Amino acid sequence: MDQPAEEFRQALLAMDRVAALAVLGGALRPDDPFTSLEEVVVPALESIGDEWENGPVSLAQLYMAGRIAEEAVRQVAPETGPYTGSRIGIAVLEDHHALGKRLVLSALRAAGYGVQDYGHGLSVSRLAQRVHEDRPDVLLVSTLMLPSALSVRRLVAELELPGSRPTVIVGGAPFRMDPGLWHEVGADATGRNSAEAVALVQQFTGGAS
Amino acid sequence: MKPPMTPLERVLTTLRYVEPDRVPFFLLLTMHGARELQVPLAEYWRSPDLIAEGQLRLREKFGHDCLVGAPYAAADVEAWGGEVIFRDDGPPNAGEPLIADVEDIRTLQPPPIEGNPVIAATLRVIELLAERSHDVPVVGGLVAPFSLPVMQLGFERYLLLMRDRPDLFERLMSINEEYCVAVANAQLAAGATAVGFADPVASTTVVDPQVYRDVASRIAARTMGRIHGGVALNVASGRCLEIIGEMAQTGAVAVQVGPDEDLAALKHAAGGGVALLGNLNGIAMRHWTPGQAEAEVKKALAAAGPGGGYVLADGHGEIPFQVPDDVLLAIAEAVRRWGVYPLDWADPPA
Repeated sequence: MDQPAEEFRQALLAMDRVAALAVLGGALRPDDPFTSLEEVVVPALESIGDEWENGPVSLAQLYMAGRIAEEAVRQVAPETGPYTGSRIGIAVLEDHHALGKRLVLSALRAAGYGVQDYGHGLSVSRLAQRVHEDRPDVLLVSTLMLPSALSVRRLVAELELPGSRPTVIVGGAPFRMDPGLWHEVGADATGRNSAEAVALVQQFTGGAS
Repeated sequence: MKPPMTPLERVLTTLRYVEPDRVPFFLLLTMHGARELQVPLAEYWRSPDLIAEGQLRLREKFGHDCLVGAPYAAADVEAWGGEVIFRDDGPPNAGEPLIADVEDIRTLQPPPIEGNPVIAATLRVIELLAERSHDVPVVGGLVAPFSLPVMQLGFERYLLLMRDRPDLFERLMSINEEYCVAVANAQLAAGATAVGFADPVASTTVVDPQVYRDVASRIAARTMGRIHGGVALNVASGRCLEIIGEMAQTGAVAVQVGPDEDLAALKHAAGGGVALLGNLNGIAMRHWTPGQAEAEVKKALAAAGPGGGYVLADGHGEIPFQVPDDVLLAIAEAVRRWGVYPLDWADPPA
């Protein structure tokens, strides 16, 4: 990881807003802000996501890191965002536990993406209706329990009906515990943490820059 | 030849880190009883008689070493008047958080135990199981004070409360402790052999190990110290290797550990201070063949079985409704085949 990204990572893990702002402010290229975000914010969040995956970082730290990164990007580069090249939507399906969605939202916004938040506790038909109305290119679906993860299959089927559905990226505990589940339910990909979700959005949209 | 131990003897023996006749196994099945009785889950949840009957039939079928007396985790917010959403393919889930404004914590009171229909239904399940089965542990359950706020406030607001409002955090813990102690003791008085203490927020997946050491373990120990019976900690698939020593100090007799961690390393780190339950992957279990089930059971038995101090179980605390009976039968068969002590076939742990 390059030095600014490493310094930004350290500031996020220390929950040091002032340092995060200073690092990002120093690294920002006014003529190409999205590239700066990709070079500094995205690798820092990726590294923190990996560290959560492997143990040393807690969900509470991951959450605070995402919040601070999102806030730093908003303050340092307000004129850059949100990137509007692709439409991205996010929702929690059939569950009111919304922390997973919040983590991904923060990471996407910190990477420069504008995201439409459809909310939590949505039924399959309600979410499908929102998607039909809003026509996102990418839909991120968060679930907490196995039954709601399995409901993604019905969601994908409903989204297929009009003929052009968004790319569906799923996440949440059931998908982490069963690596083949995303494929079983007909999703296009799964992210094991918020940074992976950002990487997948970049992959499916061609990047924010 | 000695007669086989009863499930209760088997479990109590292993909790002392002494090898019983075979490794005990818990199939923590909260929903399969409905299928056994051919009733929809919605009807099943409403009837303590059906739940108790379902538990007994499941034990008859699979021969595991416990009965589950606590139907679903969201009961611990339903008892406070919180919203619970029922579904026909899984456990009821907590709805919108109970506490709309964190300032409401100042005047929040725990619900009374007596006369509370949600708590009464769980106590009735436990009574029925205890009446009808004397030599099998009946396991009650509740959500721990430190984890209950996820349903009371929502996860995000709870993390912020912990960080920003120590005054309200401490008050909420104190309220939750009163509730948990009262519920746990009522379950034990109704006939539960032990209670499960679901504390997923305490896992190092969610909070820093130092937060566990400084805050969560203190709350758990204080609560368990007032519970008049055995308590089994559960971190619902979260990680706990780094804090298992501290978990042993809370007064818990066992810790249920998740599938992401190395069972042998956990057993070593527990150092005989607390028994382990776990750590089969309940989500992946849906697709296991009988051969895979046997291999997973053997792997777990070899890692944690020698020397006792181990109960084979899933790593979460609830086996999904979607896991077929064939897999559960294969797990049961594998424990009976490979779990008989001494485990001569298993390499000694490194």
